[in-house]
Amino acid sequence: MKGFGIIKGLGVTLKHIYDTYAEDIKAGRKRYYTKEGVRQRMTPDTKGIFTVNYPEERVPTAENFRFVPFLVYDEVDGEKDIRCTACGICSKVCPTQCIWITRAEDPETGKPQKTPAEFYIDTDLCMNCGYCAEYCPFDAIKMDHDYELATYNRKENNVHNIDRLLKPASYYAEIRPLHYAIEQQAKAEEEAKRAARRG
Amino acid sequence: MPDELNKPGYSIPPELEGTVAITTLDRIYNWGRRYSVWPMFFGLACCAIEMIATAGARFDMARFGMEIMRPSPRQCDLMIVSGTVTKKMIPQVVRLYNQMPEPKYVLSMGACASGGGPFKRGYNVISGVDKYIPVDVYVPGCPPTPQALLFGLMTIQEKIDNQSIKEVSWYQKGDDPGVPVPILGPDLIDLRDFPELMERLAKEEDQA
Amino acid sequence: MNEETKVLESNEAAVLERFHEWVTADEREGYQGLLVSPANLIALMTALRDDLGYDQLTSLTGVDYLEEELMEVVYHLYKSTGGPILEIKTQMPRSNPEVPSLVSTFPGAAFQEREAWDLLGIKFDGHPNLKRILMWEGFAGHPLRKDWQEAYYGDQKKPYDDRWPEGKAKKIEAGMKYHENINYPKDFNPETWIPEPHELLFKGSQHLKVDEGMETEQLVVNLGPQHPSTHGVFRMVAKLEGETVIDLEPVMGYLHRNHEKIGEKNTFSMNMPYTDRLDYFCSMSNNFGYAVTVEKLLGEKYQPPERAEYIRVIMAELTRVLNHFMAIGFFLNDLGAYFTPALYTIKERELILDIFEAVAGSRMMCNYFRFGGVVRDLPEGMEEHIREMVYERLPRQIDELDRYLVKNEIVVGRSKGVGVLTPEQAIGLSAAGPVLRASGVPYDIRRADPYSIYDRFDFDVAVRYHGDVYDRFLIRYDEIRQSIRILQQAIDGIPQGEVLANRPEYRFRMPKGEAYGRVEGPKGELGYYVVSDGTDNPYRYHVRAPSFINLTGLRQMCLGEKVADLVAILGSIDIVLGEVDR
Repeated sequence: MKGFGIIKGLGVTLKHIYDTYAEDIKAGRKRYYTKEGVRQRMTPDTKGIFTVNYPEERVPTAENFRFVPFLVYDEVDGEKDIRCTACGICSKVCPTQCIWITRAEDPETGKPQKTPAEFYIDTDLCMNCGYCAEYCPFDAIKMDHDYELATYNRKENNVHNIDRLLKPASYYAEIRPLHYAIEQQAKAEEEAKRAARRG
Repeated sequence: MPDELNKPGYSIPPELEGTVAITTLDRIYNWGRRYSVWPMFFGLACCAIEMIATAGARFDMARFGMEIMRPSPRQCDLMIVSGTVTKKMIPQVVRLYNQMPEPKYVLSMGACASGGGPFKRGYNVISGVDKYIPVDVYVPGCPPTPQALLFGLMTIQEKIDNQSIKEVSWYQKGDDPGVPVPILGPDLIDLRDFPELMERLAKEEDQA
Repeated sequence: MNEETKVLESNEAAVLERFHEWVTADEREGYQGLLVSPANLIALMTALRDDLGYDQLTSLTGVDYLEEELMEVVYHLYKSTGGPILEIKTQMPRSNPEVPSLVSTFPGAAFQEREAWDLLGIKFDGHPNLKRILMWEGFAGHPLRKDWQEAYYGDQKKPYDDRWPEGKAKKIEAGMKYHENINYPKDFNPETWIPEPHELLFKGSQHLKVDEGMETEQLVVNLGPQHPSTHGVFRMVAKLEGETVIDLEPVMGYLHRNHEKIGEKNTFSMNMPYTDRLDYFCSMSNNFGYAVTVEKLLGEKYQPPERAEYIRVIMAELTRVLNHFMAIGFFLNDLGAYFTPALYTIKERELILDIFEAVAGSRMMCNYFRFGGVVRDLPEGMEEHIREMVYERLPRQIDELDRYLVKNEIVVGRSKGVGVLTPEQAIGLSAAGPVLRASGVPYDIRRADPYSIYDRFDFDVAVRYHGDVYDRFLIRYDEIRQSIRILQQAIDGIPQGEVLANRPEYRFRMPKGEAYGRVEGPKGELGYYVVSDGTDNPYRYHVRAPSFINLTGLRQMCLGEKVADLVAILGSIDIVLGEVDR
């Protein structure tokens, strides 16, 4: 019969409409604005309304998610111990060359020191590839999860200098717990090996 | 027409100017505008796909009143420049910007539209669309996730909230001349730099 | 790997023996292929096509050898019955590069020769329409030549010197105003310069007709570049008589982002995130092609371990499913069903993108493959998640989409019999991928010339025989079903183990030479041609983009159709502008 294909198609749409109400009634109050509700809408057997209402509910970012980079410092006796040694590998691997580093120099002798005096990342060039974090030998630069970076003026806000980039290691442990645990374990094993060699 | 809008039919004593009556009017005016921004369907490159995903089912733009995406510039408020702007395309971008009626806003989405992005030093790439048209909000990222774009749209809504009828540009006197459309010569010619270009060519001819 | 070189060599040896008076072998270190002089080129190509069966010209590109003062044009041919690639090269002096055009033998060379003229300045004698294709007509110079400088001079190769150890964040346009270092030609006068008007496209071909007392005129209509259904910034100029299309000219280059020139500045590993942005729907597939090509150059030491190969195949097939879902959704969008089918397919895409975000770090620009494997292993619980998706959700959804759309009378009425491409035309026009298979030619690289571990999986090659828009729509359903079969076998058989062959590195000791590698991308054959001169940066880097070359057939498919069908035909070819313009 002609027109039957359209009717079957409309039947599929009707089923979707019915599902949106049926799922809401079945799940009750817990379906929206709760963490389990958001998670349920991301599983492979999700039916019904698929929308995640930003900004009240957010889709949780995966651990590996990469946005703009940031520098890590450890808190030692109330002081910031910057992990970066200004070796320059991140600026050499960056595909868009958006990292600028000035190595600190000893004011009297002029010898280069292992810490950065200035560090700039231009987020108008950064392509969020993650190479800087991947090839840093000191775990000093990592990819952030914060994506709420819209601004009115890009000349002031889009070039991140070292004050804006430095974030504590506790923040890093919060956003990437698994990676942090693996790196701490590797560091502990290194320390143990070195102590065994010395002693 | 613009003249009559600056003179309301009643006279306000000077100590009452800028008080409650006007601010409520501002609030109503802005409330209507912020919840019915109509974006223009202007996807150039990869960021356009994230814009379509924002209009999709999971990150619904229709909740903000922005579901009507018109391809025609005469019917839109917001131009989302999403993707790399190349020299071959910039005359059309500027023409479309000139064709949009006031009030108009521009949101530059992604690293390419804000500052050239990864393709900055190309021979066919313009490093940042704000070299030609005025931009209101920049959203960085490559590409920005749909939630980042929604945050950018909320920033535009905040900007709309903070505007007041007395100061907006479309109720002032005078015409808006628009942006001059660049020409595709041996390389891109920007008409605002025309005198400098003529000077430089004259100098080169004298030397040769 | 050794078997492949043996087959290649025997292939070339057979051709060398048969045409020994025209052809010599290429003796340079690390190079394969056969050299022929421009005078004998057309005779050799015609003989190869008619006598030996090499009827598909898959790639035509130019290389600029500045030191040896030569320009070279490289041709890659294959047989549509299967087998490896044959490479033919021809060289000419750099001061006056001229070569006979192959358009009469292989019509699919039309756009590629225009691109070589545009970017490198190689003239092709006998080409019907040798104009610039990616840049605009008045542009000065040929950008891909080695002695051409763009505005914003700086270092020519990355990493730049001014980033470390004395790096001050300066934007390059702050130091140099834009037009200060452009070389304008001698007698250029900006006040009298007229840019080329687009009416010249059909110059002098409009005429009046008097038909039964009514005067009619042909109309030139411009679709794009800003148009809701041209899949990006693409422009078609159509000449209409009433509602019938009598001529069509595609104009592209509105998204030309200098991928190849930037590729020569980058190092080899820096190119990997740039390949994500070529076909921005299917970034895993592009990475796969580049990794396969450079691993051919690097040799045995960089072959990926077993687990990495399985992960690569799983990611590539998930990308194919994702791309075909989107193609179906957007095709229905073009037909006028504004957004409901697209919403359903976008929903499936979001679920697969969640997998990509958890594995690679980003939804679209994955940057997941490295030379020798993949960058990191799958996180915990991911294999279970993929298994659930592949066994439960995707088969259910493709069946529902089938019920929803395939027998719909409006879709059938608008797409059956429209935009027909016969098998001979498809082969001659160098079409590849679903466009070729929907015309009845069962060529699939995963079967004809297998790469990675595809020879271990059991799947069918999807073919349809009518070659119209409806078949190109249906073949995507078939391909999704076959991909689900491969995914089920892969996720059942994935072993444990390492995922990267050697330790992670960003500088490689590249041998000199060239390599051409290709993969079956979702849109067709995606090929990369890389020439290395032993340093960190490639000497020449060319991408054989399937969408660009499939567009060669657009004019053939649209002649005689109505205006309303133009958009449907373009939607069925499934182009992505990032690939067309690079």
